[in-house]
Amino acid sequence: MSRSSAAPRSPFVAPAWIAAASLLGLVSALLGDGIFDVVSWLIFTGLVALAVRAWVKRTR
Amino acid sequence: MQRSTLNAWFLMHKWTSLVCTVFLLLLCLTGLPLVFGEEIAHLAEPHVDAPATDAAARDLDTQVRTALAQYPGNVPLFVGWDPDAPTVYVNTGARADTPPPQMQTALLHAISGEVLPAAQFNEGVMYFLYRLHTDLFLGLPGMLFMGVMGLLFAVAIISGLVLYGPFMRKQPFGTLRTGRSRRLAWLDLHNVLGVVTLGWALVVGITGAINTVAKPLEQAWQGEQLGEFAARYAGQPRPTTLASLQAAVDTARAAEPGMRPAFVSFPGTGYSGNHHYGVFMQGNSALTERLYRPVLIDAQTGALTAQPQLPLYMSVLLLSQPLHFGDYGKLPLKVLWALLDLLTIGVLISGLYLWFKRGSTAQRVTELERAARTGAPE
Repeated sequence: MSRSSAAPRSPFVAPAWIAAASLLGLVSALLGDGIFDVVSWLIFTGLVALAVRAWVKRTR
Repeated sequence: MQRSTLNAWFLMHKWTSLVCTVFLLLLCLTGLPLVFGEEIAHLAEPHVDAPATDAAARDLDTQVRTALAQYPGNVPLFVGWDPDAPTVYVNTGARADTPPPQMQTALLHAISGEVLPAAQFNEGVMYFLYRLHTDLFLGLPGMLFMGVMGLLFAVAIISGLVLYGPFMRKQPFGTLRTGRSRRLAWLDLHNVLGVVTLGWALVVGITGAINTVAKPLEQAWQGEQLGEFAARYAGQPRPTTLASLQAAVDTARAAEPGMRPAFVSFPGTGYSGNHHYGVFMQGNSALTERLYRPVLIDAQTGALTAQPQLPLYMSVLLLSQPLHFGDYGKLPLKVLWALLDLLTIGVLISGLYLWFKRGSTAQRVTELERAARTGAPE
């Protein structure tokens, strides 16, 4: 099936991924140090970057 | 989604947000410096060099005597250790049940016993912000009120997510249209920031609400679990001559060899009944250092009485604290916590703007329906 004929993506897909990633980021640093902290930092940096990206790509 | 359903979700989002927004703004603004509370507190303390590895810690009973000499007439309440510095703090007060705002604290070098100059935890700007953040200076009623605001915030987030669906059905995630109308730009900004902070804000809001019932939960734990051990001492007055604190801590260390003491409560402080030292042990991992294991030591004989397991509700409470404070992933996580806090302030301010520029509820629901059909709300 071609991409154009596929059903439109639900608007809740992005929020669901973001919520799941946030939970992973929150729990990760709680489970341990080292790599667990890094996973948490990367996820939350990604979330902040999403907001910055939306601002940079804003349409006028 | 039917118009009546949309209308109900819209009203829920509008009113839950409106009621809590001012308090949420207060919480976000006061929370910003509190995220870095530990770092700010350390700025006011002298730098203490790490001791030689073979240096023996000063006897705790001597430490307590030194602290009491600073505050004549006081009694010891709590003794605790800083995990990041070789220091010991001793909270003292006029009575065993002195509440935190009236406590006086001495900070001592763990090895030399030198009294270190340090600000009191219950004075200054940070304490003012802390009280504003937690209870609006109203004690338990203020705390519970803030808890209700936290729950309303959670409902506002969920209802906002439901409304996000129709708005964004025809738009890719992250759409921010700033060139058409000011209201549309703010609406898009509200949606983008709201979704980016969705999971984080929901967890921080709910764990904040859980933290507001800390006092009732602690009292329930005291009554249920510690009351069982206290019953053995029914009718006996609180001991006036206490067994060695150092020996009590040594006994607790021997009883929980894989753990280290975080703090000790003295009898009568509300944490270990009237007849026990409560030596609260913590693990060494990020998770287990939050889940205290109390070891009750008879304050008269120095004998080990019990090592009760924390009930589930106390574990939930203790785990909800780091998830609210963001103090468990070192400085980078704190910085990110502050950034997400700032983004949440953006959500709140954009929401307020949208409310000031509101039309009727019917207009807004029509806007939602149009956005779902065409992708453009106006």
